This record gives sequence, C-alpha cells and structure tokens, in this order.
Amino acid sequence: MTTLKDKAAIVGIGETEYSRNSGMSSLGLLLQAAKRAMEDSGLTPKDIDGVVPGFMGITAEDLISNFGLADLRYTTTVHMGGASAVASLQTAAMAIATGIAHNVVCLIGWNGSSGMRASAVGARVETIPTMPMMSNLREFEMPFGSFVPAHWFAPLARRHMHEYGTTSRQFGAVAVAMRKHAVLNEKAMMKNPITIEDHQISRMIVDPFRLLDCCLQSDGAAAVVVTSAKRAKDMRHRPVYIMGIAEGHPDSPDQIPNRPVFTEVGAKKAAPHAFAMAGVTPKDIDVAEVYDCFTWVVICQLEDLGFCKKGEGGPFVEGGRIELGGELPVNTHGGLLSQAHILGMNHVVEAVRQLRGDAGAAQVKNAEIALVSGFGDLGDGSVVILRR
Amino acid sequence: MYKKPLPGPTLESKEFWEGCKRHELLIQRCRDCGSYRHYPRLLCPKCNSENTEWVKVSGKGQVYTWAVAVQPFHPGFAEDVPYAMVIVELEEGVRLMTNIVDSRPEDLYIGMPVKVVFDDVTEEVTLPKFKRARKRK
Repeated sequence: MTTLKDKAAIVGIGETEYSRNSGMSSLGLLLQAAKRAMEDSGLTPKDIDGVVPGFMGITAEDLISNFGLADLRYTTTVHMGGASAVASLQTAAMAIATGIAHNVVCLIGWNGSSGMRASAVGARVETIPTMPMMSNLREFEMPFGSFVPAHWFAPLARRHMHEYGTTSRQFGAVAVAMRKHAVLNEKAMMKNPITIEDHQISRMIVDPFRLLDCCLQSDGAAAVVVTSAKRAKDMRHRPVYIMGIAEGHPDSPDQIPNRPVFTEVGAKKAAPHAFAMAGVTPKDIDVAEVYDCFTWVVICQLEDLGFCKKGEGGPFVEGGRIELGGELPVNTHGGLLSQAHILGMNHVVEAVRQLRGDAGAAQVKNAEIALVSGFGDLGDGSVVILRR
Repeated sequence: MYKKPLPGPTLESKEFWEGCKRHELLIQRCRDCGSYRHYPRLLCPKCNSENTEWVKVSGKGQVYTWAVAVQPFHPGFAEDVPYAMVIVELEEGVRLMTNIVDSRPEDLYIGMPVKVVFDDVTEEVTLPKFKRARKRK
C-alpha cells in the first residue's frame, strides 16, 4: 500500500517578528516568512515549484510575482481555519510524493492584532468570506448575539465541564503552562509568569472563558519548506520527516448547535489515521504542539489525540504534566495563548526546532518524535507526527 | 430602530422564517426516513433523500448548553451584556441557537425546560426565542 510515511521532510522554517503592530501589510509579512524559510533551507526561489498559501492575505499569484517563480507546478489553499497550517503539510507531502512538485512552501499569517482582530473573526464576516460556516452563523446565530470564536466554543466547553467535571482551574493550568514556556521563548509576546490565581481573577470574556483562556491577537507570519526525504538529506539542517499526517472533520462541521457530540473535535478522527501512518502511539510522542486558541481546546484535543481518556483531559493538564519536564511537554514556545497567534504555523516551526535540537531553553532533551495539531473553523482538526 | 443583525433567508431557509412570522416553529423532516434536521439542508444527512417536508413542532425543549457574553462584540448587543447565547434542544431532537427571554444567565441550568415564544423584532422578521416552562411530569 502506498503511504505518505517518511516521503517528505520539513527542511526550512521562517518566521517574522511577532508583535501587536507590525507596521507591514499581511502580504509583506507572508513574503518575509517565506523568504526566511527558503533561506533557512538553503533553497532559492528558483527551486520552489509548489506553494500552499494560507486562506487569507496572499495568493499563489502574489508568490509568483514577488519571487519570480518560473515554473510553479502545484498550488492549493486549505480552508480549515486554524487547522490549515498542519493540513497544508499533508497536501505538500502528497504533491512531493507523487512527483507533481519537488520543493513546496507552506505559509500562513496575518495582521491579527493591528488589522482584522482575531477576536472579531465572525463579527466582521466580510473579511474572510471563504470561511465555510459563515452563512449559517450569519443567519441562525448572529441574530441571537453569537459572533466570534469565543462565542462558538464556550458552549462546547460548558458541556465538557457538565459531562466530565472539568473545571476552570484546569483551564488555568493550561494557561499557566503556556506562559511558563513563553517566558523562555525570545519571540513570545507575553513574558510575565502567571499563576492559576491570576487566571481565576482575570476578567470574564465569554463565560466560561476568562481573558487568560483566550489566545493572543498577533501580527506575524510563519512558513516552512517541504521537500522529498531523499533531497532533504543534502539540505542545510537536519531534516524533520513527516511520519504520519491526517485531517479530520467533525460531524456537522458548518454549525455547532446540532453537532451530535459536543465534547469531541476533528482531531478525534484525524489522530488514529496519523498515528497508524506513523506506526507510533501517543506514548512515543516526546513533545506536542497543540493548537490552543482557547485553553479548553487543548484539554479536549489531548483527549481526542489519545494522550488520555475522554473526560480525563482536565486532570491530565494539572500538576505540571504538560510543562517542560513533565510527562508530555505541550506548546514549548508558549502557543497561541502566550507566544503569538500565527494560526498554528508557529507550532509547526517550534516542533521542527525541537527535533533539530535548536529549541534553546525550552529544548526537550533528546526529542525524537513530535506531534503538532491544528484546530480551525468550528472544530476541523489536523494532526502531523514528525521525527528527526 | 432595531440594531441587531437580522437573518437573510435563503431559498433553503425561507419556510423556517416565514413560519416564525406566523408564530409557528417549523423544522425540516425527511419524508423517507422521518428524521428531523436543522439548520435547513437540501438533503437528509441520514438517508440523502431530497424528499423533505416542513413540520410544525411543539416548541418544547430544554437547555442543552450556553455561553454568557460579558464583553460586547457587536454594537447592537452593547446594552444587553451580560447576555446568554443558549442552545436549546427540542423534543424532536434538533437544536437551535437562541435566547431565553425571561431568565438571567445565572438562572440557567442544563436540562432547564423551555418553550418557544416569538419575538417580532421588526415588521419583517420574527425570531424564535424561549421562555421557562414547567417541569414535565
């Protein structure tokens, strides 16, 4: 049977500065991240024949025009919101494995602070007309006051609390862990350590989500270069191979109210496929970068990814288990909650750094296998398992 | 003047909104397999039939979950915060996003029995909202 396992590798990573006000256009940010990723890999634009631009701010045409790409043979865009970054690696690996393209750049980013506020996605629906759930939201939910991502997911979190006894303090444990890691990360926007008490007194945004349950709003972009496993050996850095990858879509993906199960997300469907392709189990994962638009989303995904049983995500994140030195270090860069909201491509970049051994103060000793998850739109999921 | 967003009915949903205007809660039901569905869809996701009818439902249900908007994200709701966005599960099994007109956010609980009421927010548009109902025996 054909498999994507170990057919492609990430050989270049690039990030812009992460800030509240970039002073640049989102196109400028995206081009800068792509350029840095190419430079990191040692490849030049003439080597790039595939691009997977994110779902806003840039097109394949922009990349051809600005980099002078002479023979672009493959492009597509993944429309899975925050699950797009990881899912873009899947389409890149497919293009490479089939010989359609040789060297593919995946990139995503935005002015999520100074431009369209991340918190207002939905309230300003016209800015991302391609998000597939917007027509339902506009017609059946906005008239009742539900506009933004915190509104969409808070009802799921409440069901999780109701069904499994998950607590706000457990949400707080996620926020505290991400912040601890951010303090070690030079690109992180948030540098002050926090405690669970700080979380508990932070102002309520959308009950049960407090301010410290919500991710940052950031300007910035990140990109990676993917190439074949064979070519990867000759690049500038140690290759990071794509061992297993999958996407998963929740039932009722275009609306939340009629979702059969409120306490599972797309990662639940994606994870078994990704682990099967990789031939490893959750116990083999040394470090996990888990999409963290809200603290609760991390708890739910840790269950759905198989790191603990359904309903045990709350206890799982307590006691430093997801912190550096714990059983499963999660979001060693600080995540969307405390590093920056770069739509999850910063999670991919961090996983690559960990597997190269370049993660500095946040390095997980001897990290050999990493997992990165994406979560987007109304619960779409994507999972990649990477190895050095 | 009414400042909140209004639904823009589509070809698939106009029966729902026309029903609300007549103070009837209509939900799609598959004529072939009998399953209810909402939001409106062209095909039955259970059996893929296009054979659909709009059925007037009881309007009775219970609170399935909710969230409380404490910060306003839309000027039309600025004076309403804190307000609850409530997902109600109807007896027929489908759920709606709505508001409970006679309850404060702190009064809500999962399983709270509710019944539909109709809020004629403009001359053209009526929104289905809910109020507390007596516990069923």
